[in-house]
Amino acid sequence: MTVPALALAPRAPRRSAALSWRRLVRSPNLLVGFAVLVLVVGCAGFARELAPYSPIDQVFTDQLKPPSAAHLFGTDEFGRDIFSRCLYGARIALVVGVIADGIAMLLGVVLGTVAGYFGGRADAAVMRVVDVMLAFPYLLLAMIVVAILGPSLTNAMIAIGIVYTPQFARVVRGAVLAIREQEFVEAAGAVGARAPRILARHVLPNVLSPIIVMATLTVGFTIVETAGLSFLGLGASPPTPEWGSMLATGRSYMLTAPWIATFPGLSILVTVVGFNLVGDGLRDLLDPRLRGRGF
Amino acid sequence: MLKYVARRLVQLVPVLLGVSILVFFGMHLIPGDVAELLLGDKGTAADLARLRHQLGLDQPVYVQYLRFLAGALRGDFGVSLRTRQPAIWEIGQALPVTIQLSLAALVFAVLFGLAIGVFAARHPRSVLDTGAMVGVLIGVSMPVFWTGILLLLVFGGVLGWLPLGGMIDEGMRWRRVTGMPVVDGLLTGNWTVARSSLAHLVLPAVALGATSMATIARMSRSTMLEVLNLDYVRTARAKGVGERLVVSHHALRNALLPVVTLIGLQLGLLLSGAVLTETIFAIPGLGRLAITSVLARDYPVVQGVVLIAAAIFVLANLLVDVLYAYLDPRIRYT
Repeated sequence: MTVPALALAPRAPRRSAALSWRRLVRSPNLLVGFAVLVLVVGCAGFARELAPYSPIDQVFTDQLKPPSAAHLFGTDEFGRDIFSRCLYGARIALVVGVIADGIAMLLGVVLGTVAGYFGGRADAAVMRVVDVMLAFPYLLLAMIVVAILGPSLTNAMIAIGIVYTPQFARVVRGAVLAIREQEFVEAAGAVGARAPRILARHVLPNVLSPIIVMATLTVGFTIVETAGLSFLGLGASPPTPEWGSMLATGRSYMLTAPWIATFPGLSILVTVVGFNLVGDGLRDLLDPRLRGRGF
Repeated sequence: MLKYVARRLVQLVPVLLGVSILVFFGMHLIPGDVAELLLGDKGTAADLARLRHQLGLDQPVYVQYLRFLAGALRGDFGVSLRTRQPAIWEIGQALPVTIQLSLAALVFAVLFGLAIGVFAARHPRSVLDTGAMVGVLIGVSMPVFWTGILLLLVFGGVLGWLPLGGMIDEGMRWRRVTGMPVVDGLLTGNWTVARSSLAHLVLPAVALGATSMATIARMSRSTMLEVLNLDYVRTARAKGVGERLVVSHHALRNALLPVVTLIGLQLGLLLSGAVLTETIFAIPGLGRLAITSVLARDYPVVQGVVLIAAAIFVLANLLVDVLYAYLDPRIRYT
């Protein structure tokens, strides 16, 4: 039934895939970003094998030791090895960042698609909710959500996911609005395809590029924001080796043992740099109009 | 223009109403009500029922919302459960401090961001451009709470150049005019207060403004690069206009337009960042009040802080939109 629609739908030729791969290899941002992320994912995946000590076992004879061969990043006030905690922290940061981003993406795609495709009252209702959510400074909205759900790492993750939802909804709505008017979508409707099928087969595949770019760019921010909530005492609780809560502890020992706060912060920085570089590189690759806006 | 501003102001009403609904009903989802928190373990069931009646908590929830809304319009958010002071008084003490910090951070971000962006655009693909953009990448990626800790460690702890947190030297008193110690010090001619509060303001403003500075630098570089390649700039150069004048007079004004929008977006970031910055630097502003109140379940203050922060945020964005339309004659007030 949808043959004419499929015939009109844009197809990605094999040549463009080869072209994209060439661009990918030529993009230094993307390559460096990927290398950084491979390192971080490797640390997270092999934390158990790489970590010389347990991230939570307390060794009171090793309290506040500066970086040395025995403890690469030094030890904290409970004698825990900071290098090991940073490695396990990578696992938590990646899982939390990706899930929070996934929540935002899922909710944003649903809201944005409904608003953009159906228009009218659905669009007005969704966009008013989005406007209200965007009226909150990010962290304050996240704090309210955590206050309602209760402080924990899971709830911090949900809160950050909710906070980033409006941004995805706006981007997806804009992209869907543009695609909705295309002939192949009209053709699909004309031959009797129902809305769910049109959305799943014709609209969503064509708005994937901005969603992928946005998702990659926001992972870094979701990691930072979740760490921020933990830093404020609204996320991970001790003795979880989470970078934000490690920084909060390190603050108290800033003058006597600066390494406690230095290395978790450095870990956040490296991870976020990786995501930002990959996000910018993907944006250049998938949306040539924006090339050069990044680094 | 006035009509445009008036219409935009009217459009803000449903948004702020939505914020008040979200905040009010959000707080109602939290287990335990204000009466229980006020009484603690001391009161009997009869005391609790009496207090609930006094506070109107035995009324239907929509009546409670309407009372909350009417109170909010008068600036009455109830009494702080933590300090027993009116919530609006607590907010009134903290708000000017955050405004001072945010404005200082914004000034820092705009001045340095523009300078770095324009400089990088004038030397594209040079070592300096690459260095500036690596710095920008790091600036965008650094969490504000880590930047704050590092600044405190280096400039407060190791070098000892600037104070280790706080808003003003301990024990120092000043006559409140605006509530912003730097401004009050200058207005009343109390240079000791002005100097002390300015010294305390430098590190938090830099920490808070660093991410925005990096974002502005990045945006101004790319817009400057575009503008510098346009025909009218080439014409100006061909007519023999000096490079400095081409950049400052011809290119910068047009390159500034997208940056102005970006500055509006940064305001939300600054208000969010203020929560973390004020916590690190022990500054008694709105952000610190928000986190202290959330942790202490001081809901009247939380509601007040969130509503006022949202109102400031949307009004500031409106201001930026108006400024944008003013700067670009192609944009009409429609």
